[in-house]
Amino acid sequence: MTQAVHDAPAGAARRINLGAVAPFLALILICALGAAANARFLSFDNLTNVLARSTFIATIAVGQTLVITGGGLDLSVGAMAAFVAGLEILFLNSGLIENATLLIVSAMALSLAVGALCGLFNGLTTTVGKIEPFIVTLGTMGIFRSLLTWLAQGGSITIRDSEVRAAYRQVYFGDLFGVPYPVLVIVGVAIVGAFILTRTAFGRRVRAVGSNEDVARYSGIGVARVRTLTYVLQGLCVAIAVVIYVPRLSSASAATGLGWELMAITAVVVGGTRLKGGVGRVWGTIAGALILEVIGNIMLLSNVVSEYLIGAVQGAIIIIAMLAQRLARNR
Amino acid sequence: MSTASAPNQPQPDSSRGRLGRGESEFVLEAVGLSRSFGPIEVLGDVSLDVCAGEVHAIIGENGAGKSTLMKILSGHLSPTRGALKLDGAAVDLAGPVDAERRGIVLVHQEIMLAPDLTIAENMFLGREIRRGLVLDDREMNRRAFEAMRVFGVEAPVNLPVERLSIAQRQLAQIARALTVPHRVVIFDEPTASLTPVETAALLRLIGDLKARGVAILYISHRLEEVKAVADVVTVLRDGKKVATRPAAGLEPVDMARLMVGRDLLALYPPRVAAPSAAPFLDVAGFGADGFAEDASFSVRPGEILGFSGLVGAGRTELFEALFGLRKGAGAIRLDGKPQQWRDARAAMRAGAVYLTEDRKGKGLLLEETLATNLTLAALDGFQRGPVVDRAGEARALDTAIQRFDIRVGDKGLNAGQMSGGNQQKLLLAKMMLLDPRVVVIDEPTRGIDIGAKQQIYRFIAAMAGEGRSVIVISSEMAELIGVCHRIIVMRNGRIAGEVEGEAMTEHAIVVLATGVDATAGEAAT
Repeated sequence: MTQAVHDAPAGAARRINLGAVAPFLALILICALGAAANARFLSFDNLTNVLARSTFIATIAVGQTLVITGGGLDLSVGAMAAFVAGLEILFLNSGLIENATLLIVSAMALSLAVGALCGLFNGLTTTVGKIEPFIVTLGTMGIFRSLLTWLAQGGSITIRDSEVRAAYRQVYFGDLFGVPYPVLVIVGVAIVGAFILTRTAFGRRVRAVGSNEDVARYSGIGVARVRTLTYVLQGLCVAIAVVIYVPRLSSASAATGLGWELMAITAVVVGGTRLKGGVGRVWGTIAGALILEVIGNIMLLSNVVSEYLIGAVQGAIIIIAMLAQRLARNR
Repeated sequence: MSTASAPNQPQPDSSRGRLGRGESEFVLEAVGLSRSFGPIEVLGDVSLDVCAGEVHAIIGENGAGKSTLMKILSGHLSPTRGALKLDGAAVDLAGPVDAERRGIVLVHQEIMLAPDLTIAENMFLGREIRRGLVLDDREMNRRAFEAMRVFGVEAPVNLPVERLSIAQRQLAQIARALTVPHRVVIFDEPTASLTPVETAALLRLIGDLKARGVAILYISHRLEEVKAVADVVTVLRDGKKVATRPAAGLEPVDMARLMVGRDLLALYPPRVAAPSAAPFLDVAGFGADGFAEDASFSVRPGEILGFSGLVGAGRTELFEALFGLRKGAGAIRLDGKPQQWRDARAAMRAGAVYLTEDRKGKGLLLEETLATNLTLAALDGFQRGPVVDRAGEARALDTAIQRFDIRVGDKGLNAGQMSGGNQQKLLLAKMMLLDPRVVVIDEPTRGIDIGAKQQIYRFIAAMAGEGRSVIVISSEMAELIGVCHRIIVMRNGRIAGEVEGEAMTEHAIVVLATGVDATAGEAAT
């Protein structure tokens, strides 16, 4: 209200958005620390290993970025991953299809469909049922995890056929021109996610809904539809992560995906996405996921801090990231 | 208070003594206040003073520096240069709390109440009345009720603020500010969302404060109101003081000239008779659950229909229900075809748009750019495949800036960084991108300076000229009379009557709005 007549910008010169750059600066700084602590950190094998291991969280976190930007939250992603993984392995064990490749492709397709349906359920329950997403996904978190435990009868579900197992292993351990498939998946998911959020009309509407639901409603945007779709995309991201995860251990148990929801949310927030919605940064989320994984890796490689404290360090990171965002905003 | 000397003499900068006030009486003085944000000076060398029992009005266009000045006087901002004196002694206000402790109270323009708490809880927030360890809710409710009654409103003090109308919230905010012990009260656009009856009650309250020796600073865009309430008027333009004059003998037209720095053309556009076509929008027996019932009316193409009424008469709610934005039911026909609008999207598809009274809360994304806001409702038209056509958006923004005279130095600004007038123009541009055939504008000029108002009225007239059906909901009777062909008046959720042509007078509207044939200012109920 106090601008001069031609509403002059007070800070137009400050175009470089510190919040958008900060996660990458932090990642570079942490990598430099890692290199200083142990020369093996920068080896190609170690770096690709770190990247591959971060695939699950990074992929899930891209979906979470969309959900959170739209003003939602999904706590059920870890349990959903376990549930989808269990169903996928059960399908692989069913022997419905003779050809191993065809069987694996069908299992992947089934996973994606189940993930999307789980997301649709979360989305419809929050929007049509008008229930807080925190509560809905807390509920489905229990449901999904418990369903897996029941399917596994308290134990684990393992791919039985060794031929199928060997063929499927390639999806996690194989590579294209030396780049592991999981790394390609991260890059692909991030590119698509960033494209959706920043370039498409749907992404614009997601931001609008998260920024101010009333404005969106008064602008004729189908708020429920947009939000529900973000949960469906989140379910798809979970399924993509599962498709990469299953060949790694070839089994799923009640411990699968435990705590992934918190790591995904941490990656999203560390990446500069605003927890209450309206601002989303997909590449920042990728940086956030990498930061989490790199720090764990450094702690394993160096003996300064016990690796049993990884959880504590990751917990500290989210708090530090929030403080940094607060300080940057108050400047 | 001020014993006016020659009212219209040229204005030297120092106003001391010239207005016949002794320097010793000054409660609050500002000497040479300046304030810069970065390289931009928004306030330059402004001096001002106010005596006990005096109303000093500050007027100026948006961006003239009024709000900045008020924020400095109330401790929300510190001046870059200049000083404040309280009772003749220099003071350094550490913040709004410090200012309140010294008896300087600012009544904010924007509503600053916790939406989930009740009026009473808000009013006593931080100063709760207790009995022992327990809150004395009954006493707080009673006092809050009494405080609201001063405005002639029987307020539901135990309802969450969220469920009140904007006017009721505004009154609650004023009442809350006045529960702080005060010697200087600063009102920043207090009547922007009030109807005439509440405005009259507020002006009476200010009269009481004055009689008790309180010093009052009063910012308003409504020059008639300034004329009625002020003893002294200071005019700001582009961050500088243009004049300080006694209010006696200063007519609104003089004030407007000083504010704008040139003669204003007629405020309202020339009236064009509405074509006598068949009704385009026809509403029958429509109700909004809990707010309005059995409303029937129609608008012709090219006609401007006004909706007037007191706060809580259900005007906004009726139209929100009509557009599927809240619960309601009834029959709508558009060009003879029955309609059912489940949400704003359905109404937009049929060619009807509603521009909310709550620009900041429901109209614009304050943290998004102008282009994003402009195309939000019409985004389907800015797509190539699934991708947003940014070049097309940029072109649309250029067109909108031209057509609606949106004054921005930098097109990359966020909507929240613009003045109220520019925000309203942007909202107008946003909805006009849909090329609607029915346009409903709720409080089109609330909180907007006179220059922008004049433009908005011309845009409204132009819409009707293009054959659109326009409905204007407003609490300013003068503007309804100025721009509308016909005015429907609501009372207690029902249509109380309709005035047209020569019969459109403030008196006739007030009689319908209150149900009481008395002079303006007496509240019904």
